[in-house]
Amino acid sequence: MSVKEKFSWFHFFNYAVFALITLICVFPFYYLFINTISNNDLSSRGLVMFYPKGLHLTNYIDVFKIPGLGQAALVSLGRTLLGTLLTVAASAFLGYLFTKQMWGRRFWYRFLVITMYFNAGLIPWYLTMLHLGLTNNFLAYILPAIVQPFFIILVKTFVESTPVALQESAQIDGAGHFKIFTSIIFPLITPILATIAIFSSVSQWNSFTDTLFLVTDQKLFTLQFILYRYMNEATSIAQLMKQTTGAVNIDLANMATPTSIRTTVSMVVVLPILLVYPFFQRFFVKGIMIGAVKG
Amino acid sequence: MDIQPASQSPVTPKLPKRAHSKDKLQLFLMALPFLVLAFLFSYLPLYGWIYAFYDYRPGIPLAVSEFMGWDWFTSMFSNEVQRQEIIRVLRNTFAISGLNIATSVLPVIFAIFLVELRSTRFKKVVQTLTTLPNFISWVLVYSFAFMLFSVDNGFLNNFLLDMGWISRPLNILASDDHTWMAMTLWSVWKGLGWGAIMYIAAITGIDQEIYEAARVDGAGRFRLMWHVTVPGLMPTFFVLLLLSIGNFINNGMEQFYVFQNAMNTNHIEVLDLYVYNIGMTNSNFGFATAVSMLKSLVSLFLLFIANTLSKVIRGDSIF
Repeated sequence: MSVKEKFSWFHFFNYAVFALITLICVFPFYYLFINTISNNDLSSRGLVMFYPKGLHLTNYIDVFKIPGLGQAALVSLGRTLLGTLLTVAASAFLGYLFTKQMWGRRFWYRFLVITMYFNAGLIPWYLTMLHLGLTNNFLAYILPAIVQPFFIILVKTFVESTPVALQESAQIDGAGHFKIFTSIIFPLITPILATIAIFSSVSQWNSFTDTLFLVTDQKLFTLQFILYRYMNEATSIAQLMKQTTGAVNIDLANMATPTSIRTTVSMVVVLPILLVYPFFQRFFVKGIMIGAVKG
Repeated sequence: MDIQPASQSPVTPKLPKRAHSKDKLQLFLMALPFLVLAFLFSYLPLYGWIYAFYDYRPGIPLAVSEFMGWDWFTSMFSNEVQRQEIIRVLRNTFAISGLNIATSVLPVIFAIFLVELRSTRFKKVVQTLTTLPNFISWVLVYSFAFMLFSVDNGFLNNFLLDMGWISRPLNILASDDHTWMAMTLWSVWKGLGWGAIMYIAAITGIDQEIYEAARVDGAGRFRLMWHVTVPGLMPTFFVLLLLSIGNFINNGMEQFYVFQNAMNTNHIEVLDLYVYNIGMTNSNFGFATAVSMLKSLVSLFLLFIANTLSKVIRGDSIF
């Protein structure tokens, strides 16, 4: 690194292009946000473009008055927490087992890996879920997600890179497989488990199609599914809001509009990711490098 | 899933050299509950291929359903209307997958130029913010798209009208004119920063001495990129390329489902979405199963080709 850099067109353009790409990635988030906190009348006429106008937070209060939304938030949160916990635990344990002299290890490893590339197709899968009683059942969000071959591979690779001597000495001290796993391996592999936890929780939180395929019971709708419905039905919901709030004097600035409902629900869906993301970013960058460099 | 494993590690730990068979069995029993789960959700559905040979209607037991033999399969090719449908859907699938493969060099370029940025802080900011779209759902992407591009009061239309560049709002979302391109652009928007992460990791793994040697030989910035960085990234690029060939026929359906509307269905309906539309929406289970069964077999065949290619080119199989 030289102390003083000369001006160069290359760097000028490089910075400019990356600034533009970054802006394109961020602008939709920003645009959505300023529309949720702006005057609803202006927002619905598309007049809030670069900065918020007529600040208010009524939308965020109103949106939780929508029937079913609180329940959906609970379902989304529940499936994310429980699903992530079980996926991480299963990936850690199985990844560890596959580094051991397990009966039929090679066969069972292939058995799992093949499922990453091959599936029976939507309809046979749906009918299987139907026959297993996993339609309109909260477990449908959890059970199929527990065993994830890709995560198991990540853990297996990671365990193989840890010093074998640690396990050996524990074994000499009389520790069993389970004991070695919980007290030696588990603390060692936390970086990769953090990565898996992020991937798994994001995919649980974002999951939309499983609700679409398997759930008709409103109690089990997730936020993503509700958002999708609102994208299509926002007009009627705004109507509903007007009736339930029973506004006599019409306050255009704060009154719920299809736009305000769509944007606010979108914001509610994206907010957890925005809040959690900066803290975990360094983990998954590391985790992916482990995955990429492997072998 | 965006990231796939490069290869199965050939290194096995030497830890328990002479494991007793009782011990081996014990380990297996610990894994068994999870293997059962994998069986239930990935292998048991294969039994459902049987529906491809019946005229199955929900609510009526299979035993009572009419046996069709290969009729669903032959009708795909013999029935003129259905043949046209299949051709249309395959065309969309191949076009969108092809465009996605064509744009898979963009993350490589992104990574190569990103490491050239001199400010570490700026680099970090760029990386953090460009990866963000990867972590949101397609439903939310659609919500963004709606806000930005909808015909009544979307951001773009208002902006262009304000500037006086257009006189009538453009109906981008409900137009079939550039559907393939629009879908590709959304995929790029969502995946560019994320796709670059692995290449950035690979670039940091390139031996610095090679750069220095090349610099001593008088190579400029672009020569270094072309003769050192690009060859250094090729192995990673090829693994990902081969995997995308194996996945050529699987575009998934979520993205297309949320963006689909009455106007663009002609160009947006890919195989996965088509199977959903005829199976789940129209309850034509038999035909939908037949289509997805063929799809699975083709995808297995493509994976086999990709794997063979990988063996020939790189001397290492994908899985």
